[in-house]
This record gives sequence, C-alpha cells and structure tokens, in this order.
Amino acid sequence: MSKVKVARKSTRIDMTAMSDVTVLLLTFFMLTSTFVKKEPVMVATPASVSEIKIPETNILQILIDPAGKVFMSLDKQSDMVNVLQAVGGEYGVEFTEKQISKFKLLPTFGVPIKDMKTFLDMKPEEQDKVLKDYGIPTDSVDNQFKIWVKNARKTNSDLRIAIKADKNTPYAVIKKVMTSLQDLRENRYNLITALKNS
Amino acid sequence: MAEIQSNEGGGKKKGGSKQKKISVHVDFTPMVDMNMLLITFFMLCTSLNKPQTMELSMPSNDKNITKDQQSEVKASKALTILLDKDNKVYYFAGQPDYKNYNSLKELSYDAKSQNSIRSLLVMRNQDAVSKIQLLKQQKLELKISQDTFTAQVARIKNGKNTPVVIIKATDAATYENVIDVLDEMQICNIGKYVIDNITKDDKLLIEGKQANGATTQGAAK
Repeated sequence: MSKVKVARKSTRIDMTAMSDVTVLLLTFFMLTSTFVKKEPVMVATPASVSEIKIPETNILQILIDPAGKVFMSLDKQSDMVNVLQAVGGEYGVEFTEKQISKFKLLPTFGVPIKDMKTFLDMKPEEQDKVLKDYGIPTDSVDNQFKIWVKNARKTNSDLRIAIKADKNTPYAVIKKVMTSLQDLRENRYNLITALKNS
Repeated sequence: MAEIQSNEGGGKKKGGSKQKKISVHVDFTPMVDMNMLLITFFMLCTSLNKPQTMELSMPSNDKNITKDQQSEVKASKALTILLDKDNKVYYFAGQPDYKNYNSLKELSYDAKSQNSIRSLLVMRNQDAVSKIQLLKQQKLELKISQDTFTAQVARIKNGKNTPVVIIKATDAATYENVIDVLDEMQICNIGKYVIDNITKDDKLLIEGKQANGATTQGAAK
C-alpha cells in the first residue's frame, strides 16, 4: 500500500485582478465626489416632489437652523474676500491680511460683524465650537443679514440664492429672511429640499 | 513586501539548462488594502445625491407700485390657504367673510384624507389637470416633444380659468408646512400662487374657528 500523497498547493491568490477592480472604483469615486460641506448646525430639510437639481456654482446658501439662527456660505473664495471687505467697510471694521486669509477658508460664516475680528483670531477648532452659538442678526433694528446679501450681490451678479432651512423652523423666522430679501428686490430664489420617497 | 520567487523546481525538471528562470511575482495584497481604504474614505466623504430645490418667485414689496400695475384676481377664482400651528390648514374661497368664521374650512395635509389640500385643488383645477394628464400621455407615446410639452403645460397653467392660490402662514406654522403646500401647487399644476403676509383679520378668523370647534367638541362630550 502506497502512502497517499497529499499534493501541497500554495494558497496564494493572485491579487492583480482585485487590484485592478479597486483602482477602477477608486478613480470613479475620486472623479464623482463632491465633498460634504461642514455645516455648523444640523439641518433636516423638508421633503418635496420637486426634481430640479441645484446648480453647483454661484450659490449663496442661507442656512437657517430650527432656533432661527442664520448662517451663510459662498462657493468662491474670491467672492468671500470681497464681501467681507465690503461689509467691514460699511460697519467701519478693518481686517488684517491674516484674518482675511482665514475667513477665505471658512466653509460657512455667520458671526455678528462686531465679533468677527475676535472670531477670526481663534483657532479653527475653537471656531467650530463657538460658531453654532452665533448667527447673523436679522432683526429689523440691526439687519446685518441684509448687508451681507446686498454686498454678495454686488460682488457677483450671477449669484443664486438658496435657502436651506430645517423643517421645524417656525415660519416667523423664514418670513423675516424672506422680507429682508424682498427689500433687496431679490424676488427669485431656491428652496433646498430633499427628495420625497413616495 | 514584493517578493521574488526563483522558480527552482521548474529548472530541475528540465534538467539540462543551467540558467535559472526567474519569475517576477509581485504581491498585490497591500496595494489592494490601501485602495480599499481610500475607497472607503471617498465613499464616506462624498454626497452623491445632490439636494433638490424648489424655485420660488416672490412678489416685490415695492411700495411705489401703482394701482394699475397690480394684478387683480377674480374673487371666484381666488382661494386662500391659511397655515396654522400644529399642522392645521384652513381655506376660504373668494372674498374673506371676516364676520362668519364658518366660512373657514379645515383641510388636511394628508393626501389620502377626505378633505385634503390635494383633493380640493384638483377639484378646483380639474380642467387644467385633465388637460395636462392628456399631454403627459401624448408625451409618453412620443407624439409630442419635450419642448412642446413644457410650452403647452406652461400655457395651460397660466390659462384664464385656473385658480389663484394665496398662501398665508401664521408665525407658528413650520417651514415644512409651507414646503408641503408649495408641493401641492406643483402636484396639482397650479401656475398662479403667491405667498402673502397674514393679516390680523385672518388670524382672528382662525382663532374664532378654533374656539368654535372647541365648543362643539365640548358639546359632543
């Protein structure tokens, strides 16, 4: 009786094909990705049946949280600098070179103009922490929001205004923002919604 | 970690040749690992579904508009929807009757409900809805092009006999309520609608209606 010889097979798998697939996937994701913007407050947008996609460039996004705090974001860094300088000019606030370059990198801004200088001097981690407690004032006495929008329009006339608000925001807050926009004769804007599943 | 295996076994079998055949075999496992990591990173950081938007044009609140520039609405075609807190909706047709709060009727956001906003609007806008339905069918059968379809729809929506909806929200209504109503406008093919500020009389009307509803409920108990 001869011994049964178990053939020793190497368990090595050829990873080349696998590598090909992963590289392909990686290229796909790298090319299609648009990064999620960091927002100071969590906002759950209401659902709607509207299927119009929002354009990617020239957007002035107005973010409204349930408590009624208003934040803004612009997508072009050059616009951000011009707007900051114009608004600072109106309130008599001057910014240093360093503060301007820091402002340029902010994903979202929303600080009363008198606190802007101290805010810009903070470290980025601290900024993230305190930003959600600020918000641009929209009261009729001190409507800085209006000044921001007015100057944003002046720097970029192709700007489209998009309002992104939480679904539980009271209408009073929305109305304040809308009347401010109406005062500036900004009568067309987009409301950002999520797709309704039905 | 790339390893070079010298294929000695193969060489011995053939016996004769003394030159060693070296097969270059690179181990791709770490490469795959790294790629997978990167893929995960990109998958988590991207927002694939772009948010939807709803386009809205508001009336200008310019005080200098003269009387003849204002558009008058036929009372028979006007429909006012009032949004109140706790997802309550009311409506009245035509001219408001501020003395009689029973002219105010309650509606529901739920499309399946008997007195939903949708059923009301579809009923009021039956003509346009059926025409657009017909057009959609034609488009599906490829009888008309997309351009003519959109042009026709716009024409029907702004037709003479379509209702004009005025949306008024109280301060306590939520943003979701407003979006829901605007959504209904789109679903029911209403071309002419406007968001207006609520007046004191409208608020009193709602209060009267609610107080009245409370008493009748109390009587039922």
